[in-house]
Amino acid sequence: MAAGPSSAILAELASRPGRDTATSTIFKWLFISLSLLFLMALLFAPLIMVFAAAFEKGIGMYFNSFKDPDTLAAIRLTLLTAAIVVPANILFGITAAWSIAKFEFKGKSFLITLIDLPIAVSPVISGLVYVLLFGAQGWFGTWLQDHDISIVFAMPGIVLATMFVTFPYVARELIPLMQQLGNDEEEAAITLGAGGLMTFFHVTLPKVRWGLLYGVILCNARAMGEFGAVSVVSGHIRGLTTTMPLHVEILYNEYNFVGAFAVASLLTLLAVVTLVIKTLVEWRTGYKQ
Amino acid sequence: MKSFREPSILPGFGLTLGFSTFFLSAIVLIPLAAMVVKTATMGWHDFLAVLLNPRAVASYKLTFGCSLLAALINSVFGFLIAWTLVRYEFPGRKFIDALIDMPFALPTAVSGIALTAVFAENGALGQYLVPLGIKVAYTWIGIVVALTLIGLPFVVRSIQPALQEVQRDLEDAAETLGAGRFYIFRRIILPTVLPALLTGFTLAFARAVGEFGSVTFIAGNLPMKTEITPLLIVIKLEQFDYKGAAALGFIMLVMSFIMLMSINLLQAWGRRRIVAAGR
Repeated sequence: MAAGPSSAILAELASRPGRDTATSTIFKWLFISLSLLFLMALLFAPLIMVFAAAFEKGIGMYFNSFKDPDTLAAIRLTLLTAAIVVPANILFGITAAWSIAKFEFKGKSFLITLIDLPIAVSPVISGLVYVLLFGAQGWFGTWLQDHDISIVFAMPGIVLATMFVTFPYVARELIPLMQQLGNDEEEAAITLGAGGLMTFFHVTLPKVRWGLLYGVILCNARAMGEFGAVSVVSGHIRGLTTTMPLHVEILYNEYNFVGAFAVASLLTLLAVVTLVIKTLVEWRTGYKQ
Repeated sequence: MKSFREPSILPGFGLTLGFSTFFLSAIVLIPLAAMVVKTATMGWHDFLAVLLNPRAVASYKLTFGCSLLAALINSVFGFLIAWTLVRYEFPGRKFIDALIDMPFALPTAVSGIALTAVFAENGALGQYLVPLGIKVAYTWIGIVVALTLIGLPFVVRSIQPALQEVQRDLEDAAETLGAGRFYIFRRIILPTVLPALLTGFTLAFARAVGEFGSVTFIAGNLPMKTEITPLLIVIKLEQFDYKGAAALGFIMLVMSFIMLMSINLLQAWGRRRIVAAGR
């Protein structure tokens, strides 16, 4: 956008006769109203619905839903899963971005396509592959049973499936950013005798920290909110292997709507916080994905 | 191996590439390969029997039909919203702009139960639609609504930067030369935005085909009627029919590959057009 016509010329053009006719104004408000109407039905109504349904029987009932030990267990499991998945994702994202953005090698674009693969794959498949590997009739099923290790229908499976679906999040933000910033400063640091880690922490990381934060919050939101993949591997054992989104489903199917929407309201708040941080990062850096 | 990579004084190539490819293989590639191998062990006859089962065929029609319709709706309204956000100043514009990404951040289970509640017979919108004979919740229309919500940000976010690229002076020149509004749209705006629009359409379509969470709540999940393919995979797994699930998963994986490649081709096409236009 930097190379566009100057704002003075644009302002001059905008003031020319013929541009701001009555028809233009009608079109403008017609388009704005249509857009808002569409968003209202599709986006705002459901968001309002979450809170309306959660508070339908009063604030007391709302907070009562969080006294249920199974709900608390679901919140704990979700936080724990994210606490494992997000750091692993950061480590992968940084190493992948370093090797891809800082070096030229054969098969690089193919590697990037492979990293993007989980975005295009159905979440159900992300869970399915682990069931095929570690499930009771899966490849390692008998061996795991003999050694008394459970992966599917237990926490390791939930962590693996969540890792699968969130896999590209940090790497996707860092790779283009680091490619765009170039290698000059890193090369200068190495020439001056800095080690690899020192160069990364003192030269590269300060430059990409907003991009990293951006990837991390999106990764975290997906990790906490994933439904399909986790649903396949979880086994839905109440209070043991249900994350928050799965617990929403259980409560909803039991017609405990206040409870279901109360947990859903927490997840909605998580989404709102994610969007706020994301928007702040974008404003701060003028950076958009 | 000398030609494998270009020389660089930066350290850590072997370590970082080694670690990331190892992690990628362990989490994504080997499990996916296992699914492909599992499918390969079942033989053509069994494979086709699963694939062409009437219930499976009905689920493909529903999944792809609803996804296509949702992506089309998103192309129209996504364009409209992107246009409104790029071209017009109005109170709350930045707020709306930030909110477009909500479906990215909102867990699908939440949008599923919330949309079902909104469009159910006694819901905020359902109470007006149902008397008109439009049943949304627990029908294919509900699936389309859920998939439209999921796909909307892909289309808007693809089109927005492209719309900003449209040269306003060209439009002004065309207008001075007597071109009408629709002519300017068709000959100047649409050609510039088309690759981005198609990319957004394909992204929304690809996302919709795989979507599971929000659809299970609003669809009603009746076999042959409102049962999407991902749900059929889950049902097969619950019946411990691992081979059947793997076969359906394999087909969906192939579809994902095709769509991923079309997205890459579309984006390359868009870049070439921008270069060709001298920018």
